[in-house]
Amino acid sequence: MKVLVAVKRTIDPNVKVRVKSDQTGVETANVKMAMNPFCEIAVEEAVRMKEAGSANEVVAVSAGADKAQETLRTALAMGADRAVHIVTEAELQPLAVARLLKVIADEEQPGLVIMGKQAIDDDSNQTGQMLAALLGWPQATFASEIEFKDGTADVTREIDGGLETLNVNLPAVVTTDLRLNEPRYASLPNIMKAKKKPIDRREADALGVDISPRLAIHKVEEPPKREAGIKVADVAELVAKLRDDAKVIG
Amino acid sequence: MSTLVIAEHDNAELKRPSLNAVTAAQALGGEVHVLVAGSGAGKVAEAAAQAAGVAKVLHADDPAYEHGIAENLAPLLVGLAEGYSHLIASATTFGKNVMPRVAALLDVAQVSDIIGIASDSVFVRPTYAGNALATVESGDATKVVTVRTTAFDAAPAEGGSAAIEAVSGAGDQGLVRFVKHELSKSDRPELTSAGIVISGGRGMQSGENFPLIEAVADRLGAAVGASRAAVDAGYVPNDFQVGQTGKVVAPDLYLAVGISGAIQHLAGMKDSRVICAINKDEEAPIFQIADFGLVADLFKALPELAEELDRQGISKA
Repeated sequence: MKVLVAVKRTIDPNVKVRVKSDQTGVETANVKMAMNPFCEIAVEEAVRMKEAGSANEVVAVSAGADKAQETLRTALAMGADRAVHIVTEAELQPLAVARLLKVIADEEQPGLVIMGKQAIDDDSNQTGQMLAALLGWPQATFASEIEFKDGTADVTREIDGGLETLNVNLPAVVTTDLRLNEPRYASLPNIMKAKKKPIDRREADALGVDISPRLAIHKVEEPPKREAGIKVADVAELVAKLRDDAKVIG
Repeated sequence: MSTLVIAEHDNAELKRPSLNAVTAAQALGGEVHVLVAGSGAGKVAEAAAQAAGVAKVLHADDPAYEHGIAENLAPLLVGLAEGYSHLIASATTFGKNVMPRVAALLDVAQVSDIIGIASDSVFVRPTYAGNALATVESGDATKVVTVRTTAFDAAPAEGGSAAIEAVSGAGDQGLVRFVKHELSKSDRPELTSAGIVISGGRGMQSGENFPLIEAVADRLGAAVGASRAAVDAGYVPNDFQVGQTGKVVAPDLYLAVGISGAIQHLAGMKDSRVICAINKDEEAPIFQIADFGLVADLFKALPELAEELDRQGISKA
């Protein structure tokens, strides 16, 4: 089985985000970038499928500007076999990404597409579900466990009240939640090896799909700031404050 | 212009987030209808009909809709979409799963997790874990929207008397089979709707120490949550997680215990009315947003807190 794993380059999750003063977005110039954490989990799972023998090839795909190539190199260093880079400078919204990924999925015919449940930049949590819809495939979102069974997969999902297990036909789209695995760090020899692995560059404009943004962004603002309050001396004072000043208990 | 709210339920009970979505739907200005798609969920349809502000309930009864399977619900919604300017669900794991599939089939964008409505096509939504608020406009004919429940009060469960109309869709698409649920059993309130939430972080050191938190939670009638660090360390299950990648809560009182205050955790609780923190590190970032901070060893402070609540006669248990 071939596994297609979609990855996104985002601001490093440990960087404090700053909103631009002209309210057009957040500052990304000279900011440290990294692979979206949920995408790392997806790459790790795909590589583990190959190591376990349930997959025989792992293809990483990313859409975005030239530098998305760095993120694909990271996926290759973690163990993906080859990569596809859909090159565009345009702003990509989830529906556009799903359409681009559909083109690649149609070409590659994977048995499984795996990707992060959301990107930590725009927090949309849409692309996997949209891709599954466009392909007419089942979707198993927010996965914490995947088990292959007779041409289907049992996927355990993290839902609000606990866990849910679905049995999905393959091919399917799976999106990853936090507890699926702990992604590995790429070793230096694997980073060196990854430099020789192939990245197929495809121009987004040549893929024949409409990727124009559907949502117009009017402005991006900082949320209202919350001020630090007071320190209390002990538990008795804390209870008194919560009861008498804040009036939230009692 | 009218809005269809997709109800979340377990075939027996209408879940509270659906009522938050009804409030958001009302803010759009048009008539509000609610879709209850389930199996033997007549009681849920009746409950939805009684919610204040609901003009009509659409009830789809089919075994295919029993477990809220997105692959089966999406074609039903697409079939109903033509009559509506907006399709709305709460941004719970149910809504997050189903709605993007519907949007893609309708060839429209989805606006995720809105916290504000400026007009029937302009919405405010948090991005970057709530560190940036984006105002976005959808030009699509059908607007597919998910709603952050903490940003909209729940509509009153009583006061309406909507008509219930039966609808049907294509049923089982044969792509997915439900296997099982393992739902957390708890007598405590649900995290996202609790008035008081007490969360533990890495400072708890072990899942075995969470009873210290539970003892206080039970005295206050509070829900128990956790930081991602505590979940990652295996102290508690993932559905306890409060934060950017977990649940977003906004109770009257949020008590953070042994939680340093990583950006990703703050994203899930910083809209709480009163925030209170107990941490032995006085430099912990959580104190920068806490209304009341106590620098103390939580292993001493939590039992003391339980005792003090008893002594003051505040305890509910």
